[in-house]
Amino acid sequence: MSDIKAPPLLQLSAVGKHFGGLAALTDVSLHIRHGEIYGLIGPNGAGKTTLFNILTGLYQLDSGSFTFDGHSYNCCKPHLLAKAGIARTFQNIRLFANMSALENIMVGRHLRTRTGVWGALTRNTAARAEERETEQRAHELLRYVGIHRPAHTLAKNLSYGEQRRLEIARALATDPTLLALDEPAAGMNATETESLKALLQTIRDHGITILLIEHDVKLIMGLCDRVAVLNYGKKIAEDQPEAIRNNPAVIEAYLGGSHA
Amino acid sequence: MLLALPFLTDELLGRGWVRILDFALLFIMLALGLNIVVGYAGLLDLGYVAFFAVGAYTYALLASPQLGLHLPFWIILPIGALIAGLFGALLGTPTLKLRGDYLAIVTLGFGEIIRIFLNNLNAPVNITNGAQGISQIDPISIADFYFSRSHEILGITFHSVHQHYYLFLALTLLVIFVSSRLQYSRIGRAWMAIREDEVAAAAMGINTRNIKLLAFVMGASFGGIAGGLFAGFQGFVSPESFSLMESIMILCMVVLGGMGNIGGVVLGGVLLVVLPEALRNGAGPAQQWLLGKTLIDPESLRLLFFGIALIAVMLWRPAGLWPSSTRRRELEAVDGVAQQEQDTVYDAKH
Amino acid sequence: MDILLQQIINGLVQGSVYALVALGYTMVYGILGLINFAHGEVVMVGAMIALAAIQVLLAAALSPLLVLLLSVLLAVAVCMALGYSIERIAYRPLRHAPRLAPLITAIGVSFVLQNLAMIIWGREYHSFPQLLPNASHHIGGAIITEVQITIVLIAILVMTGLMLLVHRTRLGRAMRAVAENQTSASLMGVNINKVISTTFMLGSALAAIAGIMVSANYGVVHYYMGFMLGLKAFTAAVLGGIGNLRGAMLGGVLLGLIESLGAGYMGALTGGILGSHYQDALAFVVLIAVLVFRPSGLLGERVSERA
Repeated sequence: MSDIKAPPLLQLSAVGKHFGGLAALTDVSLHIRHGEIYGLIGPNGAGKTTLFNILTGLYQLDSGSFTFDGHSYNCCKPHLLAKAGIARTFQNIRLFANMSALENIMVGRHLRTRTGVWGALTRNTAARAEERETEQRAHELLRYVGIHRPAHTLAKNLSYGEQRRLEIARALATDPTLLALDEPAAGMNATETESLKALLQTIRDHGITILLIEHDVKLIMGLCDRVAVLNYGKKIAEDQPEAIRNNPAVIEAYLGGSHA
Repeated sequence: MLLALPFLTDELLGRGWVRILDFALLFIMLALGLNIVVGYAGLLDLGYVAFFAVGAYTYALLASPQLGLHLPFWIILPIGALIAGLFGALLGTPTLKLRGDYLAIVTLGFGEIIRIFLNNLNAPVNITNGAQGISQIDPISIADFYFSRSHEILGITFHSVHQHYYLFLALTLLVIFVSSRLQYSRIGRAWMAIREDEVAAAAMGINTRNIKLLAFVMGASFGGIAGGLFAGFQGFVSPESFSLMESIMILCMVVLGGMGNIGGVVLGGVLLVVLPEALRNGAGPAQQWLLGKTLIDPESLRLLFFGIALIAVMLWRPAGLWPSSTRRRELEAVDGVAQQEQDTVYDAKH
Repeated sequence: MDILLQQIINGLVQGSVYALVALGYTMVYGILGLINFAHGEVVMVGAMIALAAIQVLLAAALSPLLVLLLSVLLAVAVCMALGYSIERIAYRPLRHAPRLAPLITAIGVSFVLQNLAMIIWGREYHSFPQLLPNASHHIGGAIITEVQITIVLIAILVMTGLMLLVHRTRLGRAMRAVAENQTSASLMGVNINKVISTTFMLGSALAAIAGIMVSANYGVVHYYMGFMLGLKAFTAAVLGGIGNLRGAMLGGVLLGLIESLGAGYMGALTGGILGSHYQDALAFVVLIAVLVFRPSGLLGERVSERA
C-alpha cells in the first residue's frame, strides 16, 4: 500500500537528546513512509515520548536532524511543526478541559483559518463563512471519531475513552499529513481498544500517515505496517510486526530488562 | 432603564451618586480590558492600572497647559488607546514566556515602575509635574458640545455628570461589544485554549506568543481609553490614582464577578465601586446610630468590611458571582445526559 | 569608599529582613502554589504585638532582656496562630477552587488585618523602644549598630535552623514530599493538612521575627509597614526562584543590596537624571531583567514543560 520507492514522509538522522547527563535518545535514525502505520514500542523510559516531543517541537534536539515532507528541521517551534503537518495527542490527555467538545476541535482549525481581530469584530462575509465552515467541520469530526454526545458537552465531562477520541479529532482538525498518537489505547477496555483500532484504520485509509506509541502489543501487532523498538534511547530493531515478535534483542529488552 | 438610571439616582440618592455611577462605568471598562488578559487568556496581570495611567497621562499631556497642547478629544482618545497598547506590547514582548505567577510579579513591578516614573518625571525636564499631578485638563468636548456644561434638551436639564454618564455608557457598550465579538471568535478560542493548556494550544498550531501579546495589547488599549475618559472627566490626574491598590481592585472585579464572563465582570465592576461607597456612607452614620458616637474611623471600618466581603464571596462562590457560560453549560450537560456517568467521571478526576 | 561600605552594611541588614519574609512566601508557594498576599500583614502584626507586649512588660519593671525575649515569644506565638487561622479560613476551603479564588481571599485577609490594625493602633507611627544598649561601631568609615549586627546574626541563625529542619527532620521530609507531589505524599501516609498548617505557622513565625527586626532597626511601627515590605520580600522570593528556600535567602540579601546601593549611587551613575526616588523602581527593573534571562529566577529549577 505504501510506495517504497517514494521519498519517506519523515526521516530521522542520528537524532540525539540528553537531559543533564542523562542520554534520552542516542543516534536514532528511522524513516516513516507515506500512508503507513508505524509503531514505536519499548519499555518505560526508553525515550518514545522524548522522540515525540522532538518531532512536535516541544524539545530541541541536541544532535542530528529530521526531515519532514521534504523540509529539514533541527530546531523548531511547536506551532510551525503543526503547520508543516505533524499533529499529535498526549499520553496524559491534554484537552482544553473547560471548553466544549466542539470548541476543542474548532481550536484545531485555528491553523487552517485566518479570521483576525478585524474579522471577529465586523463579522464580515468572509469571517462568517469561515466560522460556519469551521463549526461544520468540527461537527463532522466529532461524528467521525464516534463521539455521540451533545457537541457542547465540556471536554472534562466526557468519558475517558471519549476524551482520547476527542484528542484525535482535535489533531485531525489541523489537517495533518502525519498523526502522532502517544498511547491512545492507554486505560481503554478491550471493546474500546477494538473500536479505536477500527478508527485508526479508517484514518489511514483516508490517506493520513500514523505514528503510534503504544504499550498494547496486540494492538501494535495487529495494526502496524512496521514497528521500531527503542530501549535506553537507542533503536534496537525496526521491522515488520512478525519479525519484531521473534527478534532476540527485543525479547531480551522486554524480558531481561524488566527492571527498567 | 439604563438611560433613565442617572435621573433616578439623582432623585433618590443625590448627585454624588451619579458621579459614582460614572466611575462605575469607567471601572467596568477597565475590568473588561483586564478580563481579556486574565479571564480569556489566563495571564495574571497585577499591574493593569499602568495602562489606565498611560491613557490618562496621554490625555492630560495632550490637552492641558502642561505642554501647552490642546488637541481635540476625538483625536486624543484613540491616541491614548494606541499608546497604552504600545506599552502593553512593550511589557509583553520580553515577559510573556514567563510562567503564571512569575508573570504576575513582573506585571506588578511594571505597574509600580510606571507610577514611580510618573511621580518623578518632573526633573530634570518637567513632563508629568511629579506628585502634584497635572491639572486644568481640557474637559471632554465633541465639536462645540462640552460635556462639562449643563445643557437643556427637550425641556430636561442635563448636568455634567449626566452627560458623562451617557458618553461613558456608550463607550462601555462598545467595549462590551468588542469583548463579546472577540470571545466568540477564532481569536477568543485561541486565548481560551492557551488559558486551558498552553502546550496543547501550541501543539495545535497556535502561535502562543503572538496570541498572548494580542491579548495584552487589546486589554491595554481598553485601559488606555478608560484612562483618557478619566482624565477628561476629572480635569486632573496625579500618580496617586494609579497605585497597586487600583490594579488589585480591578482584578477583584474580574475574579469576584466571574472571570471570562462579560456579565459577571460588569456585575463585579458595579459591586466593587458601589459597595465601598455604600460602606463609606453607611459606616459613619450606622455607628452614630448604634453607639451614639463615632468610635471607629469609618474609613478603616469600610475597608475592613470590604475585606470580609471579598473573603465571604469567594468562599461562597469560588468561581465568582456569575461564572462564565461554560460552567453553566457544564451544569446543563449533567441534567441532560447520563447523569450518573458524568458524576463518576467528575469524581474520578478530583 | 566609606559610602560604599555603609550602603553594603545597610543592604545586608535590610536584606536579612527581606530574606526572612521571603522564606515565608516561598515555603507556602512551594507547597500550595499560592501567593500568600497576606503574609506582609503578618509581619506587621508581629511588630505590633511585640510593641504592645513590650509596653505592658516594661511597665511591670522586668529586665529589658527578659522583656524582649517574652515579647518576641508572644509575637511569634500570635503570628503562628494567625498564620494557622488564615490558612484554615481563607485558603483551605478553596484548595480545589479556580486558581485565582485564593488570591482574592488573600487580598481580603490583607485588607482585614491592615484595617483591624488601624482600628486598634491608629494611623500614627509608634516608636519602638530601644531595649538593648545600641552602641555604634566604626568600620572603615562606616557605622554599624549593635542592633544591626544582632539582626544579621539572628537572621543567619534562624535560616540555618530552618534549613536543618527542612533537610534533617521527619517534618522537613514530609514538607518536601508534599511540595513535590501531594497525591503521592498522601499515599505514603503524609498528613497533607498538617504539613500545610505547619508550613504556614513556620512562615508566620519567621515573619514575626522579621517584623520585630525591622521595627528595632528603624525604631518605628506603623499599620501600613507590612504592605511594601511584603511586596519587596515577594519580589525577592521570585528573584531567587520561588519555591526554593536558598533562592529566597539569596534573593532577599541581593534585593537589600541592590536597593541600598541603588539609593546611594543611582544619581551619580545616571548623571543626576535619575535620583534616589527611583530606588523602588530599581528593585523591579532588576527583577524583570533577571526573569527575562532566567525565567525561573536565579536558583529556580528550569521547568521545561512536560508533555
